[in-house]
Amino acid sequence: MQRSLYIDPQKCTGCLQCEMACSYENEQAFNPSKSRIKVFAFHEEGRFVPYTCTQCAEAWCLHACPVEAITKNPATGAMEVNEKTCVGCKVCTIACPFGTVNYNTATGKVIKCDLCQGDPACAKACPTGAITYVDSSWTGLDKMRAWAAKANTAA
Amino acid sequence: MGWNNKVLRVNLSTGSMSVEPLRMDWARDYLGQRGLATKYLVEETDPKVDPLSPDNKMIMTTGPLTGTEASTSGRYSVVTKGPLTNAIACSNSGGFFGAELKYAGWDMIIFEGRSPKPVYLSIVDDKAELLDAAEIWGKSVWETEHWVHKKHHDPLVRVATIGAGAEKGVLYAAIVNDLHRAAGRSGVGAVMGSKNLKAVVVRGTIGMNKVKDPVAFHAASEAAKKVLADNAVTGAGLPKYGTQVLMNVINEIGAMPTRNWREVQFEGASAISGEAMYEPRQSDGKPNLVRNGACFGCTIACGRISTIDPTHFSVQGEGKERYKHASGGLEYEAAWALGSDTGIDDLDALTYANFLCNEHGLDPISFGATVAAAMELYEVGALTKEQTGGIEFKFGNAEALCKAAELTGKGEGFGLELGLGSRRLCEKYGHPEFSMTVKSQEFPAYDARGIQGMGLTYATSNRGACHLRSYTVASEVLGIPVKTDPLVTDGKPELVKAFQDATAVVDSTGLCVFTTFAWTLADFQPQIQAACEGDWSMDKLNEVGERIWNLERQYNLDAGLTAADDTLPKRLLTEAAKTGPAAGRVNDLGKMMPVYYELRGWTADGKLKPETRKRLGV
Repeated sequence: MQRSLYIDPQKCTGCLQCEMACSYENEQAFNPSKSRIKVFAFHEEGRFVPYTCTQCAEAWCLHACPVEAITKNPATGAMEVNEKTCVGCKVCTIACPFGTVNYNTATGKVIKCDLCQGDPACAKACPTGAITYVDSSWTGLDKMRAWAAKANTAA
Repeated sequence: MGWNNKVLRVNLSTGSMSVEPLRMDWARDYLGQRGLATKYLVEETDPKVDPLSPDNKMIMTTGPLTGTEASTSGRYSVVTKGPLTNAIACSNSGGFFGAELKYAGWDMIIFEGRSPKPVYLSIVDDKAELLDAAEIWGKSVWETEHWVHKKHHDPLVRVATIGAGAEKGVLYAAIVNDLHRAAGRSGVGAVMGSKNLKAVVVRGTIGMNKVKDPVAFHAASEAAKKVLADNAVTGAGLPKYGTQVLMNVINEIGAMPTRNWREVQFEGASAISGEAMYEPRQSDGKPNLVRNGACFGCTIACGRISTIDPTHFSVQGEGKERYKHASGGLEYEAAWALGSDTGIDDLDALTYANFLCNEHGLDPISFGATVAAAMELYEVGALTKEQTGGIEFKFGNAEALCKAAELTGKGEGFGLELGLGSRRLCEKYGHPEFSMTVKSQEFPAYDARGIQGMGLTYATSNRGACHLRSYTVASEVLGIPVKTDPLVTDGKPELVKAFQDATAVVDSTGLCVFTTFAWTLADFQPQIQAACEGDWSMDKLNEVGERIWNLERQYNLDAGLTAADDTLPKRLLTEAAKTGPAAGRVNDLGKMMPVYYELRGWTADGKLKPETRKRLGV
């Protein structure tokens, strides 16, 4: 079964444990500035929104890459960057409509979420269940259940 | 180790900066943060120094676990000599600034001297610069953060700054980071202002990977997180109500100081409680509370994010747009000081005053308590409308509170007198007995007649009256780790000492003391042991806590404080509680103090015995 990261901003408290976990998994350091997932705090509204790559089926980044450094992992469905092939041209960072591919100045390569080979560290680290890793075919299941629970049918 | 082994020393007088390794020999004895920075201060300054002079130093410091995956790892402290108390000041803050400093590759910043003109320190990884602060001098905390983000073209910079009150000498001015997290107590912001240092702004992209044993550390932090999640207070009560979960509880047990501590129960408590923050208001159908929010790395998330009723008087008129958005809401201490202590039960007025304390960098505890003292002065006629600039300081007057917050925040008019704190204000107007302070610092929100151990806590706290030095409320009210009777004094000296020593350790880790609703030192120990080089057994930690406490004590003694300063205002010792379970009681400090001194290994006049000094190496 293919899975996707499912994000429920209402549950997010903005603690950044996901950013720490992501950076530790990928960079072997607690370093939110290198996290592939970012939590945005909309201070004046009191909202926190984690945001990362949704792994487009027709991925702009993959198609834009001139050296075919971005390939789809058939097991996870993730678009992965091959660091050895990547030339750091940043065209993918422009092509991505959502801004979730970014350039790492320290390595001269781009970084993006690769779902941690099917075991995403952010979801494991999230203390409130705001980030979960669920069946890609049923990312709406929890919302459906919540609405279904409101259906006023006699027992 | 949890350290970068890198200290930035900034001489503000000359504008020069230097980099030095962290004193790891001291870290072995004092762990980090509170303990370690106190050691630096003790070694490098004269305890008799004028706190607002260039000779005082101000240390901003992380702990070894700051910035790690451990829960609540966002903490940093500011250690200096405090202008409110003329004693050691150590204020701890959460938010995101502390971890960012660690990620920029630093453990600690030591500020010396006084800049000839307003400056701010900018740190981007290993690059540190003192920059001109002329444009932001006089600006609020909120304006300064906005300005920095624009000026640096970087929304990810973390900002710790003072407001205008601190620049003008408000003695309980705070350093506020991330808009509404504060190194709040003892006037550390006033010290920063005296140094002409407006702000410290940090961006860290290096990260932190120096934990000694990452595998053991991950396991220990995961286990400890589970303890927090499974605990009723840290897993449910605090995320839902924040510290405001306490308002009704403390009122019911008759330990809610009311109207400058004349009473111990507040009839308006439920209207300003955590529960009230969930009540939809009439005007727009929305509750005060928007949601909870976390500091960096925190899996508890007790923070409140609130809005003010848009039809409330406090937000009408020009220039009030910025208060119509969500911001840091009331926590228990602020709700008490701004509310119960002033007799004001208007939740929106308290939220507004709290926003202003954040916006301008005021300690809401000391500010609210000083307003309460002014109200008592006003009521007895010692303070008049002419002297207050027309403000009617009557208990329960919400408009007076809001006006006072505006004036004190900006350091204008009668606000400058309120900025002196309650002891100096009450002395000035001829009634020192109205000042509810220890060592000139205002009390927090627990009446020591209804919770006896807190009387000893306040009287002996090294930074003046404070609940965060030994929170015996946990035991006496909440039963953590074991229930003791709040009206009994037997066993309280032992309890206070144990809590003081343990808290000194917690404040030296980089983690938050609120974890101790669920964690004991035994939950910290495996995390510290896995992160730091050397032996960090329970025995060692207990010894380190005791050492830190005694080092702070010795600093205060050398600063000129004596056993006579280890006392409570007469009101708590002679005026009995009028209502509730503690009715008829005063605080029996006299029964506890000699036992406490003995336990501490101090003489009858409160000095460290030579053998105590020797045993702890102080």
